[in-house]
Amino acid sequence: MADVTSSAPSQGVSTTGGSLPVRFLRATELDTRMLGMLAALALIWLGFHIASGGLFLTPRNLWNLSVQSASVAIMSTGMVLVIVTRNIDLSVGSLLGFVGMIMGVTQAEILPDWLGFGHPAIWILTLALGIVLGAAIGGLHGYIIAYMGVPSFIVTLGGLLVWRGAAWWVTSGRTVAPLDTTFRLMGGGPYGAIGAFWSWVAGVAGCIALVLLLAQARRQRRKFHFPLRPLWAETFLAAVGCMLILGAVAVANSYPWPAGIVRNYAEANNITIPEGGLFIAHGIAIPVLIAVGVGIVMTFLANRTRFGRYVFAIGGNPEAAVLAGINTRWIVMKVFILMGILTAVAGAISSARLNAATNAMGTLDELLVIAAAVIGGTSLAGGVGTVAGAMIGAVLMQSLATGMILLGVDTPLQNIVVGIVLVIAVWLDTVYRRRVK
Amino acid sequence: MTGARTPLVEMRNISIAFGGIHAVEDVSVDLYAGEVVALVGHNGAGKSTLIKILSGAYQRDSGTIFVNGEEAQISNPRDAKKYGIETIYQTLALAENVDAAANLFLGRELMTPWGTLDDVAMESETRKVMGRLNPRFQRFKEPVSNLSGGQRQTVAIARAIYFNARILIMDEPTAALGPQETAQVAELVRQLKSEGIGIFLISHDIHDVFDLADRVVVMKNGQVVGTAATKDVTEDEVLGMIILGKCPPGAVAGPGALQVAA
Repeated sequence: MADVTSSAPSQGVSTTGGSLPVRFLRATELDTRMLGMLAALALIWLGFHIASGGLFLTPRNLWNLSVQSASVAIMSTGMVLVIVTRNIDLSVGSLLGFVGMIMGVTQAEILPDWLGFGHPAIWILTLALGIVLGAAIGGLHGYIIAYMGVPSFIVTLGGLLVWRGAAWWVTSGRTVAPLDTTFRLMGGGPYGAIGAFWSWVAGVAGCIALVLLLAQARRQRRKFHFPLRPLWAETFLAAVGCMLILGAVAVANSYPWPAGIVRNYAEANNITIPEGGLFIAHGIAIPVLIAVGVGIVMTFLANRTRFGRYVFAIGGNPEAAVLAGINTRWIVMKVFILMGILTAVAGAISSARLNAATNAMGTLDELLVIAAAVIGGTSLAGGVGTVAGAMIGAVLMQSLATGMILLGVDTPLQNIVVGIVLVIAVWLDTVYRRRVK
Repeated sequence: MTGARTPLVEMRNISIAFGGIHAVEDVSVDLYAGEVVALVGHNGAGKSTLIKILSGAYQRDSGTIFVNGEEAQISNPRDAKKYGIETIYQTLALAENVDAAANLFLGRELMTPWGTLDDVAMESETRKVMGRLNPRFQRFKEPVSNLSGGQRQTVAIARAIYFNARILIMDEPTAALGPQETAQVAELVRQLKSEGIGIFLISHDIHDVFDLADRVVVMKNGQVVGTAATKDVTEDEVLGMIILGKCPPGAVAGPGALQVAA
């Protein structure tokens, strides 16, 4: 057993048999479903690129796409856990609006009175307040669902109405603007990106982390004499992973600041603009960096901690989880607290990007978030789902929206297309799962 | 045979009611080390309910539980496990969407020094214990829902015996199994018994009961009809206890026995 270099014996099939792609998949242990999603995404991108006459796969469009996906992607990571525990959260859009309004008022009207306008601590205090508020409201939802036994559909449907109303109430519908300049960096834009140098640093750090992770997993397996992946497969995974990371950085770094911003920046820093213009790259946008960080943390929570294991166990068989001595109610409540925190972060990003807090912010986001999670392979029956899948789902949804805008498709038709794609995606997934079984 | 030894478990005057219906009423049973006690009775006789009180899944309304002669506080499944009481439920109680190792260690995960799940160590331990029960089992990476009925049963059994149970509750352990696997479970019961583990066996199969159990407790309508050593009674007599509540001479009558005048 220990000499076998592939992990396939669990299937009871010979490790050497099968066609080349089958052997390849087995050796690399890649999730075929995830690969299918990435292929679909690539297809959509290519399709839009061709249809729009080469406008889609440009650094500028991809950079904007990444920024626009961030908010929904962040919330979708929490929605995965909510749905895995056989619950649903319909209130995230309204909650985003409410927390966004509170954060807007806090940073634009309350804190400047105390600390002075433009104080460097304003953004962090505002964000902290938003996160605490999101956690509290999520906790309230979770408590009513887990301890009082009201179905999550109803509780969060109520939340949808309550928090949207509350968002209006904060300022009686008045839009709050402009926001704190530091806070606004969370929304992206030329200044809300980390620049070429730090983007490369982040990219290289990501590559090193990936290689270390693969090496650590291999060491663990060897320690317990488990079958190892062939070395070529490990190398392949590391190489492709690093290429993707560095490729993304390269794209972000080839999107220059607009000329006007460069001119302002040059004047402010006493730089003379050379002949032919000064090239200053955006680099990775801060909201994207936050989203990636959230994705990593949530993946870690879901796969490597007791909490995550219990979340999935509850989704698989709630009764078994109780009999195993798991405090299922507290776990469910924690899932909703987490959802509230992520919604607050998404609210900060959305309002920072708008440079305003409006009471309509996040309207219908709950549906985008749920759709992203479901397209990403989360089963509404519970127990199944991945954080990475949901984030890819969010990017996929945003790609459709962006692509159709580039093509000049009317808004009603956009909604029709997105609705159809959602249904087809879930149908394909159902077919796939049936065949795998 | 039991003499003056302290019972491993003694449940004394246990009652529980659901919405006015007495599912278990004033039931007393005991279990000694290395002994198999069968609980038999019709569906709805209260066997599973009684057992769920011992395993911490239900809260009793009244009565006391003693483990090794000392009163035990069992108010949830975690408590029961602390006393070395492990249960194989009739429904198996497996999380279908995760693999065998995750189920085996559910609620008692092995952790790395950094406080994260140690999946590799858990899988390694699972391979060991499953290797003992079913050497041909290889599907460690698959969710339990992909396994056959017998393999799932094996996972449930592995979970119960891995943590050095002293008291094992088996609720219909062979209901989902074929003849060969049933024989395997019977073999396992004998082996565990020889290791000094006390076993409560709930079964519908009267042959199983006579094959494996030292004593039999018959329940009817939430009460104990009678208790008997299996060597003192016949299968027909036990059936008479189950169906009619009639206590034969070889058995000690309980509160639920049919009261015959004179």
